[in-house]
Amino acid sequence: MVQAQIQQKANIAAEIDEPGVRKWWEYFTFNTDHKVIGIQYLVTTFIFYCIGGVMADLVRTELRTPEVDFVTPEVYNSLFTLHATIMIFLWIVPAGAGFANYVLPLMIGAKDMAFPRLNALAFWIIPPAGLMLIASLLVGDAPDAGWTSYPPLSLLTGQVGEGIWIMSILLLGTSSILGAINFLVTLIKMRTPGLGFHQLPLFCWAMFATSALVLISTPVLAAGLILLAFDLFAGTTFFNPTGGGDPVVYQHMFWFYSHPAVYIMILPFFGVISEVIPVHSRKPIFGYKAIAYSSLAISFLGLIVWAHHMFTSGIPGWLRMFFMITTMIIAVPTGIKIFSWLATLWGGKLHLERPALLFAIGFVGTFVIGGISGVMLAAVPFDIHVHDTYFVVAHLHYVLFGGSVLGIYAAFYHWFPKMTGRMLNNFWGQVHFALTIIGLNLTFLPMHKLGMMGMNRRIAQYDPKFAFLNEICTYGAYLLAVSTLPFIINVIWSWMYGPKAGNNPWKALTLEWMTASPPAIENFHKPPILATGPYDYGLENTSEGVPLSDTEPVLSASTNSVLRANPDEPYPAIAAETDER
Amino acid sequence: MKIPSSIWTLLIGILLTLVSLWYGQNHNLLPAEASEEASLVDGLFNTMMTISTGIFLIVEGVLIYSVVRYRRRRDDDKDGPPIHGNVPLEILWTAIPAIIVIGISVYSFDVYNEMGGFNPHAIHQAPVSPQAMKMPGAAFAATLSTTPATAQSSLTQQEQDPATAAVRNADQIPQKQNAPGAGIVSPTIGPTIEKQSKPPALQVNVTGLQYAWIFTYPETGVTTGELHLPVGQQVRINITANDVIHAFWVPEFRLKQDAIPGRQTEISFTPSKEGTYALICAELCGPYHGAMRTQVVVEKPEAFAAWMQQQQVATTQTLDQAIAANPSSPPELTSTEFLAPYSRDMGITPETLHQIHN
Repeated sequence: MVQAQIQQKANIAAEIDEPGVRKWWEYFTFNTDHKVIGIQYLVTTFIFYCIGGVMADLVRTELRTPEVDFVTPEVYNSLFTLHATIMIFLWIVPAGAGFANYVLPLMIGAKDMAFPRLNALAFWIIPPAGLMLIASLLVGDAPDAGWTSYPPLSLLTGQVGEGIWIMSILLLGTSSILGAINFLVTLIKMRTPGLGFHQLPLFCWAMFATSALVLISTPVLAAGLILLAFDLFAGTTFFNPTGGGDPVVYQHMFWFYSHPAVYIMILPFFGVISEVIPVHSRKPIFGYKAIAYSSLAISFLGLIVWAHHMFTSGIPGWLRMFFMITTMIIAVPTGIKIFSWLATLWGGKLHLERPALLFAIGFVGTFVIGGISGVMLAAVPFDIHVHDTYFVVAHLHYVLFGGSVLGIYAAFYHWFPKMTGRMLNNFWGQVHFALTIIGLNLTFLPMHKLGMMGMNRRIAQYDPKFAFLNEICTYGAYLLAVSTLPFIINVIWSWMYGPKAGNNPWKALTLEWMTASPPAIENFHKPPILATGPYDYGLENTSEGVPLSDTEPVLSASTNSVLRANPDEPYPAIAAETDER
Repeated sequence: MKIPSSIWTLLIGILLTLVSLWYGQNHNLLPAEASEEASLVDGLFNTMMTISTGIFLIVEGVLIYSVVRYRRRRDDDKDGPPIHGNVPLEILWTAIPAIIVIGISVYSFDVYNEMGGFNPHAIHQAPVSPQAMKMPGAAFAATLSTTPATAQSSLTQQEQDPATAAVRNADQIPQKQNAPGAGIVSPTIGPTIEKQSKPPALQVNVTGLQYAWIFTYPETGVTTGELHLPVGQQVRINITANDVIHAFWVPEFRLKQDAIPGRQTEISFTPSKEGTYALICAELCGPYHGAMRTQVVVEKPEAFAAWMQQQQVATTQTLDQAIAANPSSPPELTSTEFLAPYSRDMGITPETLHQIHN
């Protein structure tokens, strides 16, 4: 009997016999079920992703030729400002929250999040904030000072657009804080009996680290933006040099949040990859504790690297060196994760036909490029040359597209059967993967060279000598737009007509697979049981395993024991250490 | 005979090292080096590129090998081996990246020090003559003075600065030269170590405004729209901005510095190669940010001196005496006759002038 069967057999009691089914209209209400809210998050953010993607393609269309010939420079600036703001605050950050909402309570065997109404409130802040931001285009005064919105420029461009932008970010930040409190309390207080921190799936560890980071850093951004709003509307001069203010102070406050925001955007998907790779390569995760604690290390270090965005802002030399060294050190825990994933794949049985694993492998392969260019950017003398150029644009897209977005897709393919009870089509998933990987490298790889050769970012017109590489980038961006079509069609078609998935199509061990697909309204009939650890694949392959028919539980207290108690008992003893299982 | 896997590993390791070393020197990703600082930065980048190539090839190689070697075979529904970890291996792959990043940090620190990044005080030893401080456009240099100007006088100075007068109006944030408190002058990259004892051969005050650069040479009072520098001589650039944040960037010099209103930032460097390079604003400054660029001309000292002399004729006068603003005041002269003495000083023949006019 493989581990998945043991885990499922132990949890038959936890299944609800006749799970209630949600009506379609319930997804449009202020519902407090974490699964409804999770799907609300994911669908909403995906729609915003498409809007942000259209803006990206408009930007790339303008950049296809060196001249300003597609949109006016003002509109161009609005487009890239909105593109960045939407992709960060309305796609990647809330998509992470969406998956966590859906999966996290199931993973820890809880019936719901700790604060269900707060959870619904956190979601329902997002659509109005997002619509407001996009509506600024209709007002004709869209924010156009870049997503960093540095004063004094942001004080001189349109007042209405800038005000809308500030208000929208404040609302989205609030939503993010509410979500983070909820995840932390749920993780600390709502775990099923016997589920210690060291038995938590790594996605839970990742969300723990992310939520702590959100709670510490987001309020500082809010403070900075409120001061900026005072400068904008009340004529104060916090950041205005005319009245003795200092624009560099805003940069500190902004990046104190916005660098951790990078980790808020990537850590949840590190967690997703740690889930996807073991399940689909049928092998335990390599170095569980190293991965778990490196998430916390990244979370802590992420708080003390912000000024590496300001190496050319005239900060003192010692400060540059301090932030260079902390930034370099972040590469170490990140490297631990990458190598652990490689070691997990090594020697496994890779189900390469499944798009979830393909996207996870794609994640590791492209994220490493973003990680390497990140270390280069940390080196102050080199950063002075490439700061605010397309090298940075390439780096951040390798991290956020090659990292976060591929992670989001891996998560979609992995958990779609659980969320809908139906399987996605593998072939169209593979097509989606191939187009995405080609499109992404076509779009972002040439940008490294563009930046180093002297193309600065946020420009509507550029030196004609860069025309050729820019044209390649633009066609890559079109390919990326096309690549989402197989995914959208696959999801819609499979949701309606796809083959039934069954409770545990991947033979996974984590608790979300120990209930119906889609899960019943209150998730579990009884608290689920851990008959085996979250990643104990392949234990049946060991030679000295104690047979399940053995009636002496004492005998099974060895390394290779797969089960040490009667599955019908509600709370079997669970070994605290992986080695003892 | 089967070749042992340790031999294979060794061979792959050697090949990987050679490929990385070769690509680290032959990546062809950077523009020409036109300053002494540029070669330092490029040395750092080449080293990082070598290490990066190695790491990249290892990661992608392991991925591709795993995909091929460990793909699930048909009808194989068993799980893989239950390997949970390997502590010595994990320590190894924590230690190696840690050593690499510490090594890069030390190297970067050294390069930064060589470039003069830790030389914040030496610049104050550079003599700034009182005359230079009163020159048009030289107001920023005043902040270097040991006796700071009073708020009133600096305000007057600011209003009189003809270099920026045209763009200053009630709607725009005025140029601010003397903010209260410390930290107004942020020296960022000083002279290289061996040149720290010497004052810079040339100082240029640079003002960024939407969407142009204005260069003022305080020694001669010349104000221009493009930067001319003599090759091989150390130059100090004092940067500030009039309205919003801009950034002074010359890719061939590998140097970039934000121009921040209300602050003066400084960089020192030595151009090392003659040529004409693009000077680019690298910080978003408004819709026409992409158009905010001019050129740097690095030329022989003699050519620079000749250029400077031409510019002096054109710009030493105050605005009400400028020839362009007061055309042909004695009505009996034709424009060619009127311009003749000026054009002679500027090295323009009457024929050329005639061609331009007609």
